[in-house]
Amino acid sequence: MTTAVQDILERKSQAVAPDPKRAPTHDIRETLYELEAKGEIILQRVPEPFVEVITKYGRTKRIPIEHTWHHKSCGQCGHIPGYTSSVYWLHRQFNLDFLDPTDQTSCTGWNYYASATSNAVAQAAVMVRNFAAAYETGYFPLIHCGTSYGHYKEIREQLVHHKSLRDEVRRVLDKLGKPLVLPEEIVHYSEWVHVMRHRIAERQRVDLSMLTATVHPACHYYKIVAEDAIYDPDIYGGQRTATVTATLEALGIHVADYSTWFDCCGFGFRHILVQRDFTRSFAVLRKIETMKQEVDPDLTVTHDTGCVTTLDKSQFAAKAHERKVGIPVLSDAQVAALAMGAHPFRVIQFHWHSTDWRPLLEKIGVDWRRYWEEFQEDLEAIRAGKKAGITWQEADQPVL
Amino acid sequence: MPTTLDTWHPGKPVSRHPDVPYEEKQRLFLEVKNDPRYEDFLYGCYECGICVSACPSARFYDFSPRVIAQAMAREDVERVYDIIAEDIWNCAQCFSCLRCPRGNNPGGLVTLLREVAVRNGLRETRDVLQGYSRVIYKVMLKGNQVSPDMLQPDFFPDWGPWVAQFSANMAVWRKAIPVDTLRGVTDAAWKTDRKTLLELYTIWFETGNMDIIKEVDEGLYDLLMDVMQEELEEG
Repeated sequence: MTTAVQDILERKSQAVAPDPKRAPTHDIRETLYELEAKGEIILQRVPEPFVEVITKYGRTKRIPIEHTWHHKSCGQCGHIPGYTSSVYWLHRQFNLDFLDPTDQTSCTGWNYYASATSNAVAQAAVMVRNFAAAYETGYFPLIHCGTSYGHYKEIREQLVHHKSLRDEVRRVLDKLGKPLVLPEEIVHYSEWVHVMRHRIAERQRVDLSMLTATVHPACHYYKIVAEDAIYDPDIYGGQRTATVTATLEALGIHVADYSTWFDCCGFGFRHILVQRDFTRSFAVLRKIETMKQEVDPDLTVTHDTGCVTTLDKSQFAAKAHERKVGIPVLSDAQVAALAMGAHPFRVIQFHWHSTDWRPLLEKIGVDWRRYWEEFQEDLEAIRAGKKAGITWQEADQPVL
Repeated sequence: MPTTLDTWHPGKPVSRHPDVPYEEKQRLFLEVKNDPRYEDFLYGCYECGICVSACPSARFYDFSPRVIAQAMAREDVERVYDIIAEDIWNCAQCFSCLRCPRGNNPGGLVTLLREVAVRNGLRETRDVLQGYSRVIYKVMLKGNQVSPDMLQPDFFPDWGPWVAQFSANMAVWRKAIPVDTLRGVTDAAWKTDRKTLLELYTIWFETGNMDIIKEVDEGLYDLLMDVMQEELEEG
């Protein structure tokens, strides 16, 4: 081993506690306050109660606990609805005030990253329209999707740095009768789960200590505008984002490391929809098989729409080719709901997941057949017109 | 044939797309370079290759974020045109390349190159996006990229029998979700107010987004215009 490599490994073995005064980037919030003082924007403040966390360069970030406006994810709501219902179920368990709006569009960022059939002004206008809609209600945006979160942070940078873009977006918003509003912080739901993790652990009903999990940190959470992601010297020595890993550890799950943790999942935005040979190959060869060979986890956990979809759905075709796959994939919110005893099908909606999740439930002692039968009765009642659907009254009660 | 002084043109790039005039390639290059975001995305290149080592597309395609940053920085008009025509749609847009120690954003450069390719209706781009039109239709009309009714076995055969099972039970499974804004919704990800969608359509018109669609797919453009204009007139 060369001296240079030894030096790097030595440096990497030390926990990092960065000094915000030496941050390599400008704190964008200072410019936001200046723009607010000039009357250029309305800045929506993080409501109390909030928790302060440390981000990559040692700055603090405020994460609201309640009075939140849930900016839903189209991929989660459309194809993994148990992701969304788990986030809401957790809020309801703690009796937190939140809003599930119908005055919301997706960020349209998935399409932008997939096809570029849009432009900077349109993307910024879509974002600010949503933020203005949240501001009108008095609730603070909590972003469910990792791509929306990253995309919005990048647009915020562009709006702050380019007056011409602000002016053009303001012209469009005037047509809608809406002001140019930006939130003081852009907050991802997994950051809310992160700050709630000890309260969730206090109400844990299902022992998960026999589980080994791998974590896939979502690219658009911590690579785009990297300084906004949560870091903690106690998690990976502060050298990787602490989000998700800290939550799993708080719930007693052993988090195992693997060599390709930095790799993306293979989603590709365009690829997952129309060129999945790339997606499948990358997800299986670089992520799932690597995890399987190196640590053989009981599950892998992530915190974004595309990652759950890609890592879960890519395993079927690989199995047909006798690849070493078969790792259930869940979001951190679903794991937290499982720990607190949520119904596996009414709330967590395991049946929308493709990779076999039954061994996972059996390992933690959950008789999934019993709950599946219960859920089948729900479906029969819906089919027979005896009820319109499942309500929170039927789903709120922890059952595990 | 051995290279001779007559056939050897050192330093002169060979055009892989001689059918496109150099002036047109220059025009497209300048469109990218004059984007206000360009100077935020490119500061030079150390040739270190960190972006390539982090890039998922570089592992599976003949694709290099380093080459893109280099070609842009060198203002190599021919090479940049090759990239627009051949490479940009291989990028996974994960932004792992933001590890660049020089502060470059090769993924962002790809976004700018893609925007120019779409805005100018380049043939290669129209071809690439052909199979993608139904997604554009959905996102522009519903404000959602995906919806439950897109999960059909014909489109996702590689996702296993789960898709067929879901497709057969879609209506009832969607009703069995406790979230009010999702329950029973199959043609969108959630219930969206009509007023919200009209505001979205206004954004598409006011920002020139509809002109972009026209460049890549005129049939789709006509379809979207019919629906949106009728809705806006009624609304």
